[in-house]
Amino acid sequence: MALYSDTVMDHFQHPRNVGKMEDADGIGEVGNAVCGDIMRMYIKVKDGIITDVSFITFGCGSAIASSSMATEMIKGMPIEKALELSNKAVAEALDGLPAHKLHCSVLAEEAVRAAVKDYYDKHDIAYDPAIFGCDLACAHEHDHTPTEE
Amino acid sequence: MYVYADNAATTSLSPRALEAMLPYFSQIYGNASSLHTPGQRAAEALQKARETVAKAVNADFKEIYFTGGGSEADNQAILSGAIAGARKGKKHIVSTAFEHHAVLHTLDKLKKQGFEVTLLDVHENGVVTPEDVAAAIREDTALVTVMMVNNEIGTVQPIADIGAVCREKGVLFHTDAVQAVGHIPVDVKALNVDMLSMAAHKFHGPKGVGALYARKGVVLANVIEGGQQERGKRGGTENIPGIVGMAAALEEATASLERDMAYVTGLREKLIEGLSRIPYSRLNGDREKRAPGTVNFCFEGIEGESLLLLLDARGIAASSGSACTSGSLDPSHVLLALGLPHEIAHGSLRLSVDRTNTEEEIDHIIRSVPEVVDYLRDMSPVWDELERGLTPHLI
Repeated sequence: MALYSDTVMDHFQHPRNVGKMEDADGIGEVGNAVCGDIMRMYIKVKDGIITDVSFITFGCGSAIASSSMATEMIKGMPIEKALELSNKAVAEALDGLPAHKLHCSVLAEEAVRAAVKDYYDKHDIAYDPAIFGCDLACAHEHDHTPTEE
Repeated sequence: MYVYADNAATTSLSPRALEAMLPYFSQIYGNASSLHTPGQRAAEALQKARETVAKAVNADFKEIYFTGGGSEADNQAILSGAIAGARKGKKHIVSTAFEHHAVLHTLDKLKKQGFEVTLLDVHENGVVTPEDVAAAIREDTALVTVMMVNNEIGTVQPIADIGAVCREKGVLFHTDAVQAVGHIPVDVKALNVDMLSMAAHKFHGPKGVGALYARKGVVLANVIEGGQQERGKRGGTENIPGIVGMAAALEEATASLERDMAYVTGLREKLIEGLSRIPYSRLNGDREKRAPGTVNFCFEGIEGESLLLLLDARGIAASSGSACTSGSLDPSHVLLALGLPHEIAHGSLRLSVDRTNTEEEIDHIIRSVPEVVDYLRDMSPVWDELERGLTPHLI
C-alpha cells in the first residue's frame, strides 16, 4: 500500500525486538486503548547502557513500525542518549510517516522515556523530574467526547 | 491468490457492462440534447437505460433521475425533502445514527440552516424499528431518511414498514439503497418509498454514476443547476457511457438476483461460521436481518488497520472501521452507534463478498484471519492484560 514508506512496511511486517521481556530493568507503557494505540517498551540496562530492548504494541501499522524502529535506535545506547531520542528522529528513520500518523512516532519517543523513568524509579536512581515533562500517561491528547449528531 | 472481499466499498466493472459502455465513448459520442443524428442516438441510449433502471426497481422511467453517484442522489433527496418541508413550515427531519456520511453531513448542513434532526438509535443489533420512526415523527416532520442496508455491518432495515408509517403520517420518505440495489430485491412500490438512492459501482457498474428514484409528484430541488437534462432536475451533459453501463450492470444483477442471493448467503454463512471460531470475536449487527454478502467482526485486543495491512500482504482486500483507517481519531460512527466501546470498535473487520467470489476464496479468508489475529494479539499489550486477567474482556 502506498500509504506507508517501504521502511515503515518493512518494520511493520518484520518488527524488530518484538515480544515481552521477563527480566526487564525498566518497563514503560504509553497510549490508551480508547485512542487505538498502546506501546509497551522493555529495557535491560547495564553500566548505564541499554543492552537489550523489546516492545509489544497494540495499534496501527505505523505504531508497530515506530516501536520497532525506536527499539533498534536505542539498543546499545547510553541511557542519557536514549532520552534524547525524538519523535522526529523516529519518523525520519522510517522515511517519513503520513501527517495523521505522526503521533505514533511521538508515542515511541514517550515509550522509551517511560521505560527509562521506570528503570530510574525501580533502581532508586535520582533524576531531575523535569526531564520527563508533565504526564506520560497523556502522551497524546485525543478528544474522546462523542460528537453530537 | 488475491481475494477481493471489499465489494461494499466498490466492485469490479462487469465485462457485460464494460462491453455495453464501449461504443459510447468514441462511436456514439453525441450530446443527448443535440438534434442531429449522433445526438439522437445518445438520447435513445439514455432513454433505454432509464427504462432498464426503472424496470429493475419497479418504477416508471419518468421517476428515474441519473446523478453523479450515490452521494449526490442522497444529497438531492434530502435537500429536496427539506426544501419542500420548509415551504410548509416543517423543519424537522428523522434519520438514524448510522447513515452514510452523504446523509449525515447533508443533515449537518441543514442543521446549520435551522432544521432540527432526530437521529434514531439503531439498537445493539443495528436495526431501526418502524415503532422508533413512528414515535419520532412530529407535526413539523418534513422528511424521514433511513438507509436500506447499512454499508459497514450489512443489516437490512424494515424499509417497507417504515414507509408504511410515513405514508400513514403523510411524511416524505427517502431511503439510501446504495448497498441494496443489485444485491437484494428493491421494489419502490412495495417499499413505500418516495425517494431512493442508488450507485452503479456497488453492483458492478461504473463509478461516478448513480440514480435517484423520485415518485411521481415528489418535487425535486436541484443540487446542480444547468440545462434541462434529467427533466431539469440535474444540469450537466449526461454521462452516457456511465449511464449505459449502470443499466447493463443492473439488468445483469437483477436477472440472476435470486440465484446470486442464495449463493452469496452461503459464502457469508461460511465466513461467519469460520470467523466466529476465533476466541473473543463478535459478529456486529443482527444475525438474521443482514444483506447476503456483508460480514463485520470485532476481534478483541487488536487494531483494525494493522489487521488490514497484514491481510493485504496475504492477498485479502478488506476494510475496517478503526480510527486509523478512517483518517480521524474516532472509530466508525456505525460501530459506536451499536454501543460498542472505542477499544472494541478499533478492532473491526468488514468483509463484503458477492457473486464474483468463490468458496476457495472464503477458505483462504477463514484460514488467514485467525492466523493474523493471533499474530497481532501476541504482540498486543491490550491482549496481554486481558490474558493475565488484569482487565476484563469486553466481548
